Amino acid sequence: MRKSDLTILVADDDPDYLFQTITNLGRAGYKTVAVESQAEAEAVINKFKPNLAIFDLMMESDDSGFILCYKLKRKYPDVPVILATAVAHETGISFSLDSEAEKSWIRADRYLEKGIRAEELDQEIMKLLKI
Amino acid sequence: MAVLKVLVVDDEPGIRSGVTRILKTFQVNYPFMDEDYAFEVIEAASGEDGIEIIDRDKPDIVLLDNKLPGIQGIDVLEYIRNKRYDIVVAMITSYASLDVAVKAHKFGATDFIPKPFTPQELKSSIENITKQQYLKRITHQMNEEGKKIRYQFLSVLSHELKAPLNAIEGYLRMMQERQSGDLIEDYAIPIDRSLQRVQSMRNLIMDLLDFTKIRLERKEEKIEEVHLSSIASNAIVTVQPYAIQMEVAVSMNVKSDAVIMADPTDIEIIFNNLISNSVKYNKRGGKAEVTIDENSYEVIISFSDTGIGIKETDRENLFSEFVRIKNEKTKNITGSGLGLSIVRKVIELYNGSIAVDSVPDIGTTFTVRLPKKSN
Repeated sequence: MRKSDLTILVADDDPDYLFQTITNLGRAGYKTVAVESQAEAEAVINKFKPNLAIFDLMMESDDSGFILCYKLKRKYPDVPVILATAVAHETGISFSLDSEAEKSWIRADRYLEKGIRAEELDQEIMKLLKI
Repeated sequence: MAVLKVLVVDDEPGIRSGVTRILKTFQVNYPFMDEDYAFEVIEAASGEDGIEIIDRDKPDIVLLDNKLPGIQGIDVLEYIRNKRYDIVVAMITSYASLDVAVKAHKFGATDFIPKPFTPQELKSSIENITKQQYLKRITHQMNEEGKKIRYQFLSVLSHELKAPLNAIEGYLRMMQERQSGDLIEDYAIPIDRSLQRVQSMRNLIMDLLDFTKIRLERKEEKIEEVHLSSIASNAIVTVQPYAIQMEVAVSMNVKSDAVIMADPTDIEIIFNNLISNSVKYNKRGGKAEVTIDENSYEVIISFSDTGIGIKETDRENLFSEFVRIKNEKTKNITGSGLGLSIVRKVIELYNGSIAVDSVPDIGTTFTVRLPKKSN
């Protein structure tokens, strides 16, 4: 499969981060759909099946990303999801996808801290899409 | 070992005994939970029986069939919500009915379990629910212990400070890698956006500093005669560059040149925050006005704008720390979520009050009342 045949849905309420992610993914060769809210992401999911999705955790509500993971997986169990956030263990509540238990709860395939480099992101995506 | 009470409401005896059998030996544990969770199942054959048990036994989890002989599952769900019970509800449903699903979700059903279900399906739903219930209780506990403030403080620091850093770093990398070309002009947007993010971060830091300042007690030696009109003029001058950018006209209406005994820094905090809000949440071409008035025992300052307004449902938490109203109209407005909570705290120091009156899309008025003689 060629990257240019693959569409990645990106949801993030930080317009700068969204712009950068889209730009980086575009440079890596993917097609992208960008939305700025959980509500918009849900509307897109209802109409269209992306090849992969990247969701910010905190948008309209603090758990928008979790909800989107859940809804996307319910509709398209085979679409890989990356949950991206700037919230880290400083908050006292941390998430990872290292144990089976957490995987069953957080319906995402990868959990990434925001601020990772474009090449790293591309590699994670290629792993998830097996390309 | 903790035990969660599970109430299963279903008119089919097979489903009820199935749930009892499957959950009897089931336990949930997570690495960060202090203890394992086991389950005690209570059965009800109708919605009416279910409600009786809910009132009496306060179960932690309710598995609810929608199609019941008397009242429907959705009615039981509504009952639970109206009573504000801390119960997680999962709907058991044999056929996908979109209407019911939407309504159930609206009333707070957390999960849907398809009928017929395998033991594994039931277990994994119960596992999810247990985890949610656990997180809810942890949050509740933190509330009680006053830890929530600390949690929010840390999460705002980590989220609100890291987000702009990430954005700026991303733009710098784009420039470092010369992604848009070799000329500085090719990077006008990244540079402009980076500067804006730096500015919003600076505002947040200033707010945090204000916030820590007012946590300290009021210092008597700093109390002096403060002319409200002069504080107001200074605040208007400060906000002017921003107001010009936003095309908002700021004016002052001094009905009475009121004087109050206060620490001028505190009064500046009130004026600066409320005037800058009335510009920030305004519309292009809008107006903002500060009115100063007094009666025999208090000064009355009102801050009116012709801005986007605040919905009634959003007003409840407006003065709490780190609360930002998130909607389509505010999404491009940056803020720390601290301004109004700082203002409220300062006003409370002087035994004053603040009230808000607002009509969405028409405008908002904040009215501050400060007693002339406070003790």
